[in-house]
Amino acid sequence: MIGELLRPFDFEFFRNGLLVATMAGALCGAIGVYVVLKGMSYIGHGLSHALFGGFAASSLLGVNFLLGAGAWGVASALMINAVTRRRVIGSDAAIGVITTASFALGLALFALFGTTGRSFDAALFGSILGVGTDDVIAILVVGILAFALIFLRYRALLFTTFDPDVADVAGVNTARMDALLTVVLACSILATMQVLGVTLVAAVLVIPAAIARMLTNSFARMLQLATGIGAVCGFIGMNLSYHLDVQSGPTIVLVAATLFAAVFVVTGVTGRRRAAAITARPPLAAR
Amino acid sequence: MRERGELLALAGVTCGYVDDAVLVDVDLTIGDREFVGIVGPSGAGKTTALRVLGGSMRVAHGAVTRRAGLRMAYVPQVETINWSFPVTVRECVLMARVSGRRLPWASRAERAQVADVLGRLDIGDLADRHIRELSGGQQQRVFLARALLGEPELLLLDEPTSGVDVRLRHEILHLLDDLNSRGLAIVLTTHDLNGIAAHLPRIVCLNRRVIGDGAPHEVLSSDVLERTYGASMEVLEHSGMPVVVDSYRRAHAPHHAESHS
Repeated sequence: MIGELLRPFDFEFFRNGLLVATMAGALCGAIGVYVVLKGMSYIGHGLSHALFGGFAASSLLGVNFLLGAGAWGVASALMINAVTRRRVIGSDAAIGVITTASFALGLALFALFGTTGRSFDAALFGSILGVGTDDVIAILVVGILAFALIFLRYRALLFTTFDPDVADVAGVNTARMDALLTVVLACSILATMQVLGVTLVAAVLVIPAAIARMLTNSFARMLQLATGIGAVCGFIGMNLSYHLDVQSGPTIVLVAATLFAAVFVVTGVTGRRRAAAITARPPLAAR
Repeated sequence: MRERGELLALAGVTCGYVDDAVLVDVDLTIGDREFVGIVGPSGAGKTTALRVLGGSMRVAHGAVTRRAGLRMAYVPQVETINWSFPVTVRECVLMARVSGRRLPWASRAERAQVADVLGRLDIGDLADRHIRELSGGQQQRVFLARALLGEPELLLLDEPTSGVDVRLRHEILHLLDDLNSRGLAIVLTTHDLNGIAAHLPRIVCLNRRVIGDGAPHEVLSSDVLERTYGASMEVLEHSGMPVVVDSYRRAHAPHHAESHS
């Protein structure tokens, strides 16, 4: 039994995939706290789709996937950020316009020119088989940058997320904080796409943060919990993916969703009230 | 007279959203240790004026000058706070310390400073509570504590007494008066002409433009109030203080308001 459970560790692709999935879970769990509390859960879904456009374009042009899709994703994230900050239209509308256009472009490019390199299915749903050393290095670099940002700008990020107008007066450069966060988010999605897939990255951003919110009323503890929960879901999901012979993305998301359901039941009314309150923010006009 | 100790000045400031100017040609100076109330009807631009003073809103025309290195803090309307945000009182107050220390956790000195400011505001035993678990007055004090921890020279408060009862309104006013007497300059917005504005040393009547600016007995006149609110009001006097009476209600009240003067 133990031997069977440990058998996949004999394969390098699995060890790489497990490392990437665990780090991806931790990374998305931490970044997801800011995304969820800013009421921008949809951005994870949107940006992952925007990256698909970059994935198609870099595939077509023969450019390195990480560089091509990364530049595309960062540009999309900054555009969303710029449109949202002008407050002419809401963040959900800005995300909807920019990212669906990018996704549609990706689909059109695949339809017109076909694909080379990474497969269409792997991009959409994630695949452990395609995880290579470059993916491990990418997630490691993005993880170090993201956690360095969270650690060194913890208070400014918290202030910007909680109360941007007051943070502005207190001397926080909220525009820069928002831009840094969206760039880190785009890079995190890019680095985790191979394992989780375009369609499922958003779940890994949102679910660990939602579980953590049900368990605590403290921001610091929510951040720690979401990071840990994300990592555990990535680790367990990747192992299950191998043994059940199901794609890695869906398995990781299902593990997270099962944990969410369990915590939802166990924490009772208190947890449910906290989780429901995640999106209960004052309207933008009132802020 | 104000220029020597001037903290902040707006000169000919016009600003607003797209083509809809909220403030038009506003001149306003805030001096050292001043206590100023901005009054006006809903949509008059009171919150926008505070944002411009605080520097979180750009102006389309005009100039904003601040004393170099001026430390400001802003206390938002409680209605705009996201009370579901997972943050304890201590975490909320510590947000004010955004410059200097890079580490996420508080230093020993910062913990002592937080305990001190919470103690001064009588909420010292609530540091580990979630902000939603507090009463209205305690919540208002948490955000005041956050502002004070930043050691500001100028405190900006947006409707600090909206939705609070008379006892709490008195508490807040006394607290602010005490802070002002210790040297802190304060600018607040309020709808409450009799309960708050009439007690302040200086009032600015605003309705997109500055209609009146001065001491309550200078500014609270029927003419200025009618131009500010677009409604007929009368000003009586009670124990040496101006009392604003809504003319419509006065005309229909069973007991004539003049009997109080």
